[in-house]
Amino acid sequence: MTHDGGSQRLVDLLTAQSDEFTSQWVRSVGESLRGRISLTELGQELNELYAAILAGLSTSGLASRGEGFAEVRSLLVELSRNRARQGFSPTETAVSVFALKDVLEPALNEGNERDVRAYLLFSRLLDDLGLFTVESYARTREEIISSQADQLLELSTPVVKLWDGVVAVPLVGTLDSARTQVVMERLLQALIDYDSTQAIIDITGVPAVDTQVAQHLLKTVVAARMMGAECVISGIRPQIAQTIVALGIEFGDIPTKGTLADALRHALSAIERDRRLAEEYGGLL
Amino acid sequence: MSGAPYGGTAQQRDDVVLDSSAGVVKARQLVRTLAQEARLSLVDQTKLVTAASELARNTLVYGGGGRMQAETLAANGRTGVRLTFSDTGPGIPDVELALTDGWTSGGGMGLGLSGARRLVDEFELETEVGKGTQVVIVKWAR
Repeated sequence: MTHDGGSQRLVDLLTAQSDEFTSQWVRSVGESLRGRISLTELGQELNELYAAILAGLSTSGLASRGEGFAEVRSLLVELSRNRARQGFSPTETAVSVFALKDVLEPALNEGNERDVRAYLLFSRLLDDLGLFTVESYARTREEIISSQADQLLELSTPVVKLWDGVVAVPLVGTLDSARTQVVMERLLQALIDYDSTQAIIDITGVPAVDTQVAQHLLKTVVAARMMGAECVISGIRPQIAQTIVALGIEFGDIPTKGTLADALRHALSAIERDRRLAEEYGGLL
Repeated sequence: MSGAPYGGTAQQRDDVVLDSSAGVVKARQLVRTLAQEARLSLVDQTKLVTAASELARNTLVYGGGGRMQAETLAANGRTGVRLTFSDTGPGIPDVELALTDGWTSGGGMGLGLSGARRLVDEFELETEVGKGTQVVIVKWAR
């Protein structure tokens, strides 16, 4: 159906009234976006798109998935991406395509049967392209969300040096296995980097400690101990303490403290004890 | 399972599909909101959220996914939260063993199910091998 009557009639019409249609199109889309995007920018976008649709129509007819529409599709991907990033809704994005229907309607609606048919076919094509826009929009949003998830993973697990020989990880939010893995790796690396013998894991920002979180914490402590470091868990609030007891989790000989300050004091006194010991024995120690 | 042993009128219902760990997080957040609405104390909120977290993860890991139904209750001037976890997984062959501290069929600590029972006021487990498992828990405001 490459050059059937419908698409040929459309090509003629779109070419003949090109300026009129594009300016109307820009105006109608601009209204729906309520000035949140500049008309110049919008005009440029839509003019390019218009030219590409026209080119697509004359080479591929009305087959929106055809070769001739590759240019249109890449422009639409670009457009949806920009809209998604600028925070427009999917409707506001798809409207950019659908508005062209309204623009064309009066021109084709003179009762001529061939025109009506052409309009219907064109409208189907635009529906297709509109759906494609929404799809690309959703894909971009998914990309944004997954990159934000990655960023959160990075953000929420800083290992800080609190004192000479003391590093701390303040944990915030939910501890799933992916995040615990990151915490464990960072903490163990920081012990080496800062030449530390004391590690503090602060769980003030963890809303609930269930058996999975506890198991992750215990494993991290065991790993730190294997490297010769001592670990303190701090930030145990009253409600967390009662829940842990009721659950039946035992932290064994792992020291736990209510506040980070207490944990730091504990760590410093351990360092001081080691230093005294070394002094007493003198020499090589 | 009718509401008979638990009494109370359901005020508000909500469902969470437990098909990934994101579902467990969602369940936890919903339970926290309902616990606050039912005016549970901070300790009781934390206990209920922790119990929900254990049971939701059991549903996901051992039951192969399922759902959590949550509702706030009101009876005799008391308010509370009822949670129903159900799956159509393999079921639990030996319930008594599963409720024993420290026993696990997976890689966990073996405290989830037994611990969850200690964290709530009412606990009922129904299971049939090959059919699935349903756990109903209730926590009342004090």
